[in-house]
Amino acid sequence: MAARIWIFSVAVALFLSFSSGHDLQIVNAERRIDLSSHIVNAFLTLKVENIGKDPAADMLLAFPPTQIKHLSMVQAMAITGKKKKKTYLPLDVKPTEQPDAPNDTGYFLVSFATPLTPGETVTLEVLYILTHSLEPFPSEIAQSESQLVYYRDSAVILSPYHIKQQTTFFKTPSARVESFTSVDPANRAGKEIKYGPYEDRAPYSYAPVIVHFENNSPFAVVEELVREIEISHWGSLQITENYRLTHGGARHKGVFSRVDYQSRRSISGSSSFNALLAVLPPKVNSVYYRDNIGNISTSHLRTGFKKSELEFEPRYPLFGGWRATFIIGYRVPLEDYLFEAPDGRRYLNFTFGCPLVETIVNKLTIKVVLPEGSKDPSAVLPFTVNQDLQVKYSYLDIVGRTVVVLQKDNVVPTHNVPFQVYYTFKPIYMLAEPFMLVSAFFFVFVASLAYVHIDLNIVKK
Amino acid sequence: MATLESPPPGTSSSAMRNAFGTVLSALILLLIGVLAFSIRLFSVIKYESVIHEFDPYFNYRVTQFLSKNGIYEFWNWFDDRTWYPLGRVIGGTVYPGLTLTAGTIWWALNAINIPLSVETVCVFTAPVFSAFASWATYLLTKEVKGSGAGLAAAALLAMVPSYISRSVAGSYDNEAVAIFALIFTFYLYIKTLNTGSLFYATLNAIAYFYMVCSWGGYTFIINLIPMHVLLCIVTGRYSPRLYIAYAPLVVLGTLLAALVPVVGFNAVLTSEHFASFLVFIIIHVVALVYYIKGILSPKMFKVAVTLVVSIGLVVCLIVVAVLVALVASSPTGGWSGRSLSLLDPTYASKYIPIIASVSEHQPPTWPSYFMDINVLAFLVPAGIIACFSPLSDASSFVVLYIVMSVYFSGVMVRLMLVLAPAACIMSGIALSQAFDVFTASIKYQLGRSANSKDDVKRSSKKGKKKEREPADKPSVKSKIAKKRALVLPLEASIVALLLLIMLGAFYVIHCVWAAAEAYSAPSIVLTSQSRDGLHVFDDFRESYAWLSHNTDVDDKVASWWDYGYQTTAMANRTVIVDNNTWNNTHIATVGTAMSSPEKAAWEIFNSLDVKYVLVVFGGLIGYPSDDINKFLWMVRIGGGVFPHIKEADYLRDGNYRIDSEATPTMLNCLMYKLSYYRFVETDGKGYDRVRRTEIGKKNFKLTHFEEVFTSHHWMVRIYKLKPQKNRIRGRAKKLKLKTSSGLDSKAAKKNPWI
Repeated sequence: MAARIWIFSVAVALFLSFSSGHDLQIVNAERRIDLSSHIVNAFLTLKVENIGKDPAADMLLAFPPTQIKHLSMVQAMAITGKKKKKTYLPLDVKPTEQPDAPNDTGYFLVSFATPLTPGETVTLEVLYILTHSLEPFPSEIAQSESQLVYYRDSAVILSPYHIKQQTTFFKTPSARVESFTSVDPANRAGKEIKYGPYEDRAPYSYAPVIVHFENNSPFAVVEELVREIEISHWGSLQITENYRLTHGGARHKGVFSRVDYQSRRSISGSSSFNALLAVLPPKVNSVYYRDNIGNISTSHLRTGFKKSELEFEPRYPLFGGWRATFIIGYRVPLEDYLFEAPDGRRYLNFTFGCPLVETIVNKLTIKVVLPEGSKDPSAVLPFTVNQDLQVKYSYLDIVGRTVVVLQKDNVVPTHNVPFQVYYTFKPIYMLAEPFMLVSAFFFVFVASLAYVHIDLNIVKK
Repeated sequence: MATLESPPPGTSSSAMRNAFGTVLSALILLLIGVLAFSIRLFSVIKYESVIHEFDPYFNYRVTQFLSKNGIYEFWNWFDDRTWYPLGRVIGGTVYPGLTLTAGTIWWALNAINIPLSVETVCVFTAPVFSAFASWATYLLTKEVKGSGAGLAAAALLAMVPSYISRSVAGSYDNEAVAIFALIFTFYLYIKTLNTGSLFYATLNAIAYFYMVCSWGGYTFIINLIPMHVLLCIVTGRYSPRLYIAYAPLVVLGTLLAALVPVVGFNAVLTSEHFASFLVFIIIHVVALVYYIKGILSPKMFKVAVTLVVSIGLVVCLIVVAVLVALVASSPTGGWSGRSLSLLDPTYASKYIPIIASVSEHQPPTWPSYFMDINVLAFLVPAGIIACFSPLSDASSFVVLYIVMSVYFSGVMVRLMLVLAPAACIMSGIALSQAFDVFTASIKYQLGRSANSKDDVKRSSKKGKKKEREPADKPSVKSKIAKKRALVLPLEASIVALLLLIMLGAFYVIHCVWAAAEAYSAPSIVLTSQSRDGLHVFDDFRESYAWLSHNTDVDDKVASWWDYGYQTTAMANRTVIVDNNTWNNTHIATVGTAMSSPEKAAWEIFNSLDVKYVLVVFGGLIGYPSDDINKFLWMVRIGGGVFPHIKEADYLRDGNYRIDSEATPTMLNCLMYKLSYYRFVETDGKGYDRVRRTEIGKKNFKLTHFEEVFTSHHWMVRIYKLKPQKNRIRGRAKKLKLKTSSGLDSKAAKKNPWI
């Protein structure tokens, strides 16, 4: 079957290779796919050569349609220098459309730092991260069973370019591999499955493979995370995070026995998890961990100079398909995060993403609540997100606070990079609320003064 | 507002002193309010800001509904998430005062952009209203015996343990606002009685309306006030002021009370209200008699009296006959079960196990008096005596109030709450009078010793007596005070003052201890102090959270009724029965299922569309109020409706036991099985830490239920009903034929539905 697909793809490729903009070829490609957690990290090392006549400014990365949905992030770097003097130069990667993409293939466009002159080669490192790509099979397991998953990919790299030589490695979390599709030469050694090396594959070659292996790492998926960052110019930043967590692995089937779970921990509930770790900023204070029915008492906080770690447990261990919701809130001092830009505007510099380690966030919403009276908000991020503006009324507000809403789907820990929100703010607005309170009390006292001194009786007593 | 009672003769300096006194007492009142609020925050500080116990969860849920859907939806709310499949009309069956109050506070705060959550508002409603209650106590006592007594009573009420037990932060229950309403209604009644102002009479009816909205205990008001009116009439204290104070209250109050859906026509139909109507008639007759006496000559009046009395007797007989017929025609004689158990303390335990099963409906023990009102119990008699010198309309009211509330508190421990304000008022009066006497005599003695060293040895023996019972003083004093100021020896006064202050200090220490240690536990989360630090048992919320996130939103959960409110509020799942025990049969059905063997129980639960069964089990960690300890009530209540459940079957020689001596019925009932399923595997013996014994039946399997969740300390265990298996007729018959001899029992175990 694989052979037939090859023939097909070769035909398509022949047609395409003439229409593609540049004549590039990949001299050597190595792909290492890390399957040890539920976030699939793929490292691609490509040695690209310009075999055309014109300089090439960019190149395409192709992904099959099944992966493009789950693709969380693509990063590319150019490597210059050798061995110890290697320097990495981040390159610009943008999703792009190709008019004649075969079978809904998705593309990313990598722009070289300097256009590739004919005959020149460059080495690229590409990292791409896939989420929700491990399919549990069997899809329902009992408490004592361990979790097996499928991973589907191609033995050869999908690419619009000719690849001279390529190898693919799959790294599984344990040596227990039920099966893997054999595409010669393919072999397994311990935790590693090696496909290749394959020589001279035409553009759009594809060889589907399935790896069936054991993966008991915590499949912690946050279905929805709303982080609210409230800026108070009185000196603190209040962060409130609303989590809706689920276990994204094989669904739990039948009985949950506490006695098994407590006494035979090694064989019982091996795919479940009950401890989570959140990495919070340093100098964090007033941390709370609760849900909508009250405080949850199982958490430990370790504060440090570089980061704080909040180790916590949901109310109950999470088995496949079980859900839990909780809220984490904390406060950090303002001076570490709010700065004044040279043009007089202020900006908040904070970390995007989800503080939980090794967690996928299906839908992340970050709300930055600016102080009342702020104007001209704008957000600066290294990747595209949906942006929106809202108004929120908090304590004693009259005009309301501007809220910058940033929304992004499919977020992984690699997205935890700083972002900035710029706005203008006059400090005089800080005094509005104290002034209101003072005047309210003043009027109460004046009114009572007047009441005491006015005789409201109709008849003189 | 707060003026000193007797301002000295008016000069500019005394006006200054007067103003100073006003400001001072206002400040003291403010501090008392702060004290009342803050002493109730121990629960938030020691535990967390969370709703407590059982009923508050229901009130919290209703408030959430109210704040989300508005008042009209609230009146028409039919709750289909409880009492499945019957449902419950919430709008028509709750006292809406508390929820409306909290809902209004929440709405007002949000309207001025103070975005507190509904939960926060609910948690802090009770402390805020206890501050109001202590201010109301000040007003009431001030009307009776002046500001000094008022301040003392307010300070005492701010921290009386009995009231704290019902109004700590998070204890979001009707009593929290009702005690304020009760005291305030009494204050307005006394105020009207003292002033004869129709303005206060109207306010009084409105305050009474608020009380009716808030708590079923309003019947206490509508019986106590008529009794006082009757007392006044009998003792010849009738006055137009009494008429103004009473008649508008009955008319307006009854009309307003009938507006509250849960009361409705009960305001005129049930026996609890009849006393007020009877007295209403009597006061009119008396008023008429006084009127006629005024316009007739004494001779004519005598004739008229004989005429009226003879006609009146006939009319009265007819009225009484009608009343008796009416009352007799209603099944409980027009009295609700709870009220009946008030009059006859043994009524409930004899006839209504469901009322008797609630611990707060039991009569209190002596230690609970000391725990709940502490030194007030000793000060009250002194206060009563003080009230008799001189006896006024107002002081006779508080005396009647304390007498009645002492009786009622002796019937039902819950009504201790009504006693507490009365005790505070009495003690406030006693303390204030005692202080008056002691400070006055010290002042006098000091002044005199400055003038001339006169001898003041008025029997040092008496002085010693006063030390021991300083509270007795005021009574003796105020009597003699009329003739001449009571003067005590200097030393005796100082010592007695110090003793009184010590007594007060002891009271404060006890109250703070009670607030901090005894009454602030939220009961949904338990803690225990062990050598390696604080242990938290949060199993209830663990399992409610599990239910709410991991079961289908329409699944029905069966548990004993204690956990009904919490399950609907925290887990948002439909329950079969809950803490509003309005349908005895339904509760008996659940009780029967819990007491039946597995298969019969499965059938009952399945017929109720139940998906999950929740039991509370304390045997692993020693939590005593678990379902096994409540089990006999399930048997009794179940057996009351379904006679095949007999209490005797569960008892071995009259003893309730779960060890190897237990009866087979007990060891095979569902509650036993669900509680102890696989319990033996925890320690190998199955040692129950609550019952302090090894369990009787250790290894057994469940055929019709499967364990789906057990909390961390095993306190809550949730089981799922196994689905009914497909019935294949032919195969079943064949199987039976085949296995009729040897394998029968095994096959039956494997597939119980064949």
